Amino acid sequence: MPSLPDMTTPNLTALAGQALADSGHVAVPAPDAGQPEFVEFLQRMGDNALILGHRVSEWCGHAPALEEDIALANQALDLIGQCQLWLGLAAEVEGKGRDADALAYLRDAGAFRNLLLVELPNGDFGVTLMRQFLFDAFHIELLRALKASADSRVADIAAKAEKEVAYHLERSADLVIRLGDGSEESRARMQAALTKLWSYTGEMFVDDAVDGAMSDAGIAPLPSSLKPAWDRTVAAVLDEATLAAPAEAWQHGVKTPGGKKGVHTEHLGYILAEMQFLQRAYPGARW
Amino acid sequence: MYAQLVKSEGSKSREDMTPEEIAFQDRIDRNEKIEPKEWMPEGYRKTLIRQIGQHAHSEIVGQLPEGNWITRAPTLERKAILLAKVQDEAGHGLYLYCAAETLGVSRDELLEKLHSGNMKYSSIFNYPTLTWADMGAVGWLVDGAAIMNQVPLQRTSYGPYSRAMIRICKEESFHQRQGYDIMMKMCAGTPEQKAMAQDALNRFWYPALMMFGPSDKDSVHSAQSMAWKIKMNTNDELRQKFVDQTVPQAEYLGLTVPDPDLKWNEEKGGYDFSEPDWSEFFAVIAGNGPCNAERLGARVKAWEDGAWFRDGLMAHAAKAGERARTARHAAE
Ligand SMILES: [Fe+2]
Ligand SMILES: [Fe+2]
Ligand SMILES: [Fe+2]
Repeated sequence: MPSLPDMTTPNLTALAGQALADSGHVAVPAPDAGQPEFVEFLQRMGDNALILGHRVSEWCGHAPALEEDIALANQALDLIGQCQLWLGLAAEVEGKGRDADALAYLRDAGAFRNLLLVELPNGDFGVTLMRQFLFDAFHIELLRALKASADSRVADIAAKAEKEVAYHLERSADLVIRLGDGSEESRARMQAALTKLWSYTGEMFVDDAVDGAMSDAGIAPLPSSLKPAWDRTVAAVLDEATLAAPAEAWQHGVKTPGGKKGVHTEHLGYILAEMQFLQRAYPGARW
Repeated sequence: MYAQLVKSEGSKSREDMTPEEIAFQDRIDRNEKIEPKEWMPEGYRKTLIRQIGQHAHSEIVGQLPEGNWITRAPTLERKAILLAKVQDEAGHGLYLYCAAETLGVSRDELLEKLHSGNMKYSSIFNYPTLTWADMGAVGWLVDGAAIMNQVPLQRTSYGPYSRAMIRICKEESFHQRQGYDIMMKMCAGTPEQKAMAQDALNRFWYPALMMFGPSDKDSVHSAQSMAWKIKMNTNDELRQKFVDQTVPQAEYLGLTVPDPDLKWNEEKGGYDFSEPDWSEFFAVIAGNGPCNAERLGARVKAWEDGAWFRDGLMAHAAKAGERARTARHAAE
């Protein structure tokens, strides 16, 4: 994906100012036309939810306990619902006549903007839970900040999603603690999961030109601003779980381009091959 | 029907019953609900455990054929609906295991019997889901057949089972409507979609008819279960009702039921139709259906791979309990 042009569209800044002037949440008129950075940001939100939802849904019927089957299906359902809202708004802002389904089903991997972390394979249940926890702890901070977005549509989606994600985090943190401070085997598996996934956490907090534009416009926080809160949550949970994050670890997608820029792992192609199969095999059919 | 060939404990004539058994039967005849702590004949308890257990197993194995298409659902909305449905099925499994637990059998014991092949689940889930139209056919026909069986079971004599059925039936009828909606979309779609829909009906029609179990004349266990109101209708009654309800729905879709002998019978006010191939049914029940090995294998693998997870949670609970005890001692 080529580097993004700087945000030069003036009306966004003006709108942000206007939004700041209004203390309440007056609906901001859509800063829609010609807002590639806004579209890009919304795709990042939608794609994270879509791809993580896809991964979680792969457990359906295969989880270690019936209660987990139910909880994971519910979580996948929340994420797919959030994806519909984010991608629906992305399509609306983009204004090219596409809809959420077109974005989900008819883009190739290079046009996906999700973090590498969420596309990683499920691994054992420990990897799935740890990935969920590390992402939930980031997701909740992001959504809390987005509730104050200058764009009321973003704020509304964030408010709805925050309630769901608060529950995801409560659950994933609780299970990380219980399994970390559990049996010898469960502890070893959770530690292995943490060590494996840690290299994919840095990408969550990278600020790029899109993030800068969103932050300037008051639409979204800088990802780096979310790190202190994430650090606190993660440190507290890992401590109680008797697990330790690796001291030094290479971070994928930080100094090199990652998922936010459309440079993915090999795994995403397979996810899309599966997910998009019907739309690709029967172009234009309605389902 | 999710409980097929449930072996019932031998039936007794009134003269051979003990006074307790007579009083019990009288309560059932008065449509009183039997509750967990109350006296019940051992045969009643055992038959119920088999039936509720088989039903519970069917719900959880039933997640698999539909779970097979969640990651390939063609739109976000269809994906969400399917996820919600499969989640419901897991929930049904949970209610039913809980109902079985009130009869003194644990979920783990029942699962052990499923995994070792000593308990069955409905034959229908041993058929593959090959195209997206199968998500429509399964909702329409399989959930439809399940409802046909389960609506009367809302009045079954055992309280916890009856209450579980009331909750489950509401969700099942939603599933059936969603399935039919998929079929309508496919039938109004491209020629390929319509062909997929017809193919799904062709493959699921007879397996759906088999869900009600063998013909009454070959069904050995019905009488006692019906006297106990564990079973409310005969297999053939329910199958007839299902055919009578479903044929007009197929016609509305513009699909052909794969039975050349299907014909409206004015006199009986129902359709005449061909029996399924019962040798196929018994082969599937015996483990030789197209997907028996995959379905049971998937459940066993989930259970075995999840052992460390369940053990880890137990270990944590034990440690937490120990810490709480130590803290209490220190405080005393
Ligand atoms: Fe069912
Ligand atoms: Fe069900
Ligand atoms: Fe169902």
